[in-house]
Amino acid sequence: MATALTRLPDERLAELLHGYRASSAGPRRRALLLALTIAFLVAVAAQVAEVDLPRLWEHAGAFFGYFDRITMLESGAGRVWADPAEWFWGWRKWGVLLLDTLLIAYVGTALGGLGGFLLAFCASANLVSNPWARGAARRFLEFCRTVPDIVFALIFVIAFGLGPVPGVLAIAIHSMGALGKLFSEVVENIDMKPVEGANAAGASWPAMVRFAVLPQVLANFISYALLRFEINVRQASVLGFVGAGGIGQDLIEAIRKFYYNDVAALLLLIIVTVMLIDLGTERLRHRLIGALESRA
Amino acid sequence: MNRAVTLRDAAVAEMAGIAARHPQQFRAMPPARLRALALFLASTGLLVFGLWRLEFSPSRLVDGFGQLVHFLGLMIPPDPGTWSRTMLILRGLSETLAIALLGTLGAALLAFPLGFLAAWNTSVNRLVQFLSRRVLDSVRGIDALIWALIWVSVVGLGPFAGVLAILTSDIGTFGKLYSEAIEAADRKAVEGVTASGGGKLHGIRFGVLPAVLPVMAGHVLYMFESNTRSSTIIGIVGAGGIGLMLSEMIRTLEWGVVSFIVLLILVTVAVIDTISGRLRAALAGARAG
Repeated sequence: MATALTRLPDERLAELLHGYRASSAGPRRRALLLALTIAFLVAVAAQVAEVDLPRLWEHAGAFFGYFDRITMLESGAGRVWADPAEWFWGWRKWGVLLLDTLLIAYVGTALGGLGGFLLAFCASANLVSNPWARGAARRFLEFCRTVPDIVFALIFVIAFGLGPVPGVLAIAIHSMGALGKLFSEVVENIDMKPVEGANAAGASWPAMVRFAVLPQVLANFISYALLRFEINVRQASVLGFVGAGGIGQDLIEAIRKFYYNDVAALLLLIIVTVMLIDLGTERLRHRLIGALESRA
Repeated sequence: MNRAVTLRDAAVAEMAGIAARHPQQFRAMPPARLRALALFLASTGLLVFGLWRLEFSPSRLVDGFGQLVHFLGLMIPPDPGTWSRTMLILRGLSETLAIALLGTLGAALLAFPLGFLAAWNTSVNRLVQFLSRRVLDSVRGIDALIWALIWVSVVGLGPFAGVLAILTSDIGTFGKLYSEAIEAADRKAVEGVTASGGGKLHGIRFGVLPAVLPVMAGHVLYMFESNTRSSTIIGIVGAGGIGLMLSEMIRTLEWGVVSFIVLLILVTVAVIDTISGRLRAALAGARAG
């Protein structure tokens, strides 16, 4: 069966087209204005950041050459994966460093989570009615999460000396800020009826938090803490750059001293570890959420 | 006599019977509780082991915190020192903002095709999709600071290396966020385009793109916020921005300047967050409306 679309008369078409143009002119003008603004900002920023595309073009080969170079054996006997024993010659040392890095992330997350846990209840509008105490807790958390952890690490390295201690403390403080905020948002969204019940039965403030708030928020707290752990593993791998322990110390040394094969090995170790941790925590969180939903 | 008291008395008198009828509730330690306790003990044990292994000691902590309090005293008042140093700090700050802007926009553009390749509903085939995902994951697995080190050795010291570092590490993040947005897009629009005779590319252009562009723009703004934070620190490895000045000042123990720079960063981040938050809210409003 042949079907034909009805064709509108020309004057009607012209009318429709005119209407369409009129109605789309406004958004079009706005999009053009936006594009111009962005182009202007980009031009200014490129000036400030000394963007030099010819230099990039010239050295683009060097970037890919770098990855080519780090995967060539020093002896010139082909690619690194041809001789894993030589490539991962330091696997014992690196393995220990990697475990230390994970431990730094774990202890940092645990301590930060603990701090955030305590402060979150003070920063929640529905549990603390004193606006000054609440404001102080919130400002403090905000400060902790806005200053990057590596800046804390730089300062702590001077105060506590080189090694993993400043790294753990830097991660703990930054995580406390980030987790404290997330935790207090969870606490502010709880069902208030158990709280009223506990208060009516004459519970003290800690008892009320323990029996009315904690059961509602614990699973969410753990889920956020796991997510933070994932981020902290990445962070812990670079804290060594400023002398705060972990595998970063060896990595920056290898990059600066051009131990190409070591760079490749360490990068691979870090990437694989980060991926495994990502997968593991994702599984755990899904199970946690599943358990939570089946109980609800 | 009070009715509640009689109820309680009755319950206490019937205790043996109640216990016989609800044995679960009267177990000293229900299995779920036991599991939670074991988990708690295990994680605390790991924490204690970690503290021991990472050489935490009370004397070291007391010494360190004593030092910190001393530094904190020296940080007040925040003081940039000379006028020329103030100009240097402001120059570093503008570099930081420029790095964040260019890095974010560049990554947003370059990740655009990758996002489509990594989404199952717009990719060429399963193999391409799988490979794109893995490449994006690996790029994301390397921290911006490591990318900065690599780029410094390619294009030399300076903010340009910082731009390239932020750009590279963000391609992974953007690609992942984009592909998730594309996969979540409504498929009816694509079906409509296909039904009226459009090809696969038409389907992407007219079916997927209008739905995902506002979501992508939201992600770009959000990443810009996050990148202003990361670009404050990549100067530590010589990739431009305010981080170089900050780490120099910390190493030379100029605490007044350090607190000035930190305050400056806090204010800048707050301003950027407010502006970008407004824009994102406007974007969300436009999408809903």
